[in-house]
Amino acid sequence: MPVLTGKELRIVGFLCNWCSYGGADTAGVGRFNQPTDLRIIRVPCSGRIDPLFIAKTLINGADGVLVSGCHPRDCHYAEGNFYARRRLEVLKRFLPILGIDPGRFDYTWVSASEGQRWQKVVTVFTEQIHALGPAPRYDAVSADMLAKVAGALGQGGNRVAA
Amino acid sequence: MSRLEELKTRIKEALPGLECVIGWQKGFDPLHNTPLFMRSEADVDKLEWGPFNVHNPAVYLPTLAGKKVGIVVKGCDSRSVVELLQENLINRDNVVIFGMPCEGVIDLSKVKARLAAAGASAGAASAVTTDGKTVSVTAGGQTVAMPLAEVRADKCGRCQFPNAVLADTYVGDPIAPAAPAAAADADLAALDAMSVPERMAFWRYHMERCIRCYACRNACPMCVCRDHCIAQSREPHWLTQEDTATEKLFFQVVHAMHLAGRCTECGECQRACPMDIPVLALKKHLNRTIHDLFSYQAGVDPQAIPPLLQFKLEEDNIKERSW
Repeated sequence: MPVLTGKELRIVGFLCNWCSYGGADTAGVGRFNQPTDLRIIRVPCSGRIDPLFIAKTLINGADGVLVSGCHPRDCHYAEGNFYARRRLEVLKRFLPILGIDPGRFDYTWVSASEGQRWQKVVTVFTEQIHALGPAPRYDAVSADMLAKVAGALGQGGNRVAA
Repeated sequence: MSRLEELKTRIKEALPGLECVIGWQKGFDPLHNTPLFMRSEADVDKLEWGPFNVHNPAVYLPTLAGKKVGIVVKGCDSRSVVELLQENLINRDNVVIFGMPCEGVIDLSKVKARLAAAGASAGAASAVTTDGKTVSVTAGGQTVAMPLAEVRADKCGRCQFPNAVLADTYVGDPIAPAAPAAAADADLAALDAMSVPERMAFWRYHMERCIRCYACRNACPMCVCRDHCIAQSREPHWLTQEDTATEKLFFQVVHAMHLAGRCTECGECQRACPMDIPVLALKKHLNRTIHDLFSYQAGVDPQAIPPLLQFKLEEDNIKERSW
């Protein structure tokens, strides 16, 4: 069994090519200690991140998602992160209604020179996800729980015997 | 001349310059009205107006873009038309909007429940009459009277737009929006009251019924991708054909996210659902979020830009995280 089984969770990081990926690289070059739970996916810009990337990742079982882009006013494409900020904030507030803890997703801004800041972001976020533990799954909801919510909306939606 | 007769006259006057005018007509039984495409004066005579006009005719407009068409709208439908205009999906010069004050539409599930409670078979309605306050349905030789306020759609109970927000021809006197009796939406309030794990169970429970018929999407006037919907595309392959609650929920998330800041809460997704899944709650929640963040309501101002298609350098309600 791999040594890290049970110690690591699955966290997906969407990082923009120009700032945050560079920042993570700086942190690596600077040999800063970092938790290793994060799997990085490099995207051209935080504006490229469809909120559905994050929703799909979380619904399909990731324990956490971290998005990081260039600081506002600092975007390589001038305004990508401004659009991203609106979308990501809307998504963050949408997650709890789906039954996903909003703490499992966060977004932030890290520039290419901020190796130190990247180390802090990863550490804090990983600790946050570890505090929440492995993500509950839709396909593993207990029968008790299902029975509990069955009557939540009258007769289950507007369902009536026709 | 009744208001409906006046509306018909006005449509007949406009008809020669138009490809068609979209409205409603009597369906296979008196309870179920269906959409009507008026191309001749004889068609116009079939036009109906009243609490049985449940459909949102705006759904047909994007498919008719490029042709000059007329459309008869209720207040909620007119918001969909406005939203389509805002997004340049239809051209203002090509749409002629006819409106009348709307007193609410029925929720068929509620009518059926009433009929079932009275022991009448809902499948065999032979006649309906309405006077604006009461709906009387004759089914199986039995006449059941029900107050419109109790069997109308939930959205009508808190309607703030009983008159078309945008109309070229408006027939009748605009009615003042009633103070919303129930300020909170019952479905949203029920979800708010739950814990996060309970909500996960809630969606799992409801999504298990979903048959992936996509009626919610097809009834939605804002779902304009149609045959190019990512739910059915292989490239990119967002959804598989698997029949799991997760996959079906993800489709609803796709639908809801694509409507963020655009949904006018006409409720067609939920009305069209053959399995009575409360999918509108997701959109209502997003709308509330959009309203909190950007003080924006979709489909009210034809000149406004939807909030996710623009940004501010300093957002008023988004706090930068300090970590």
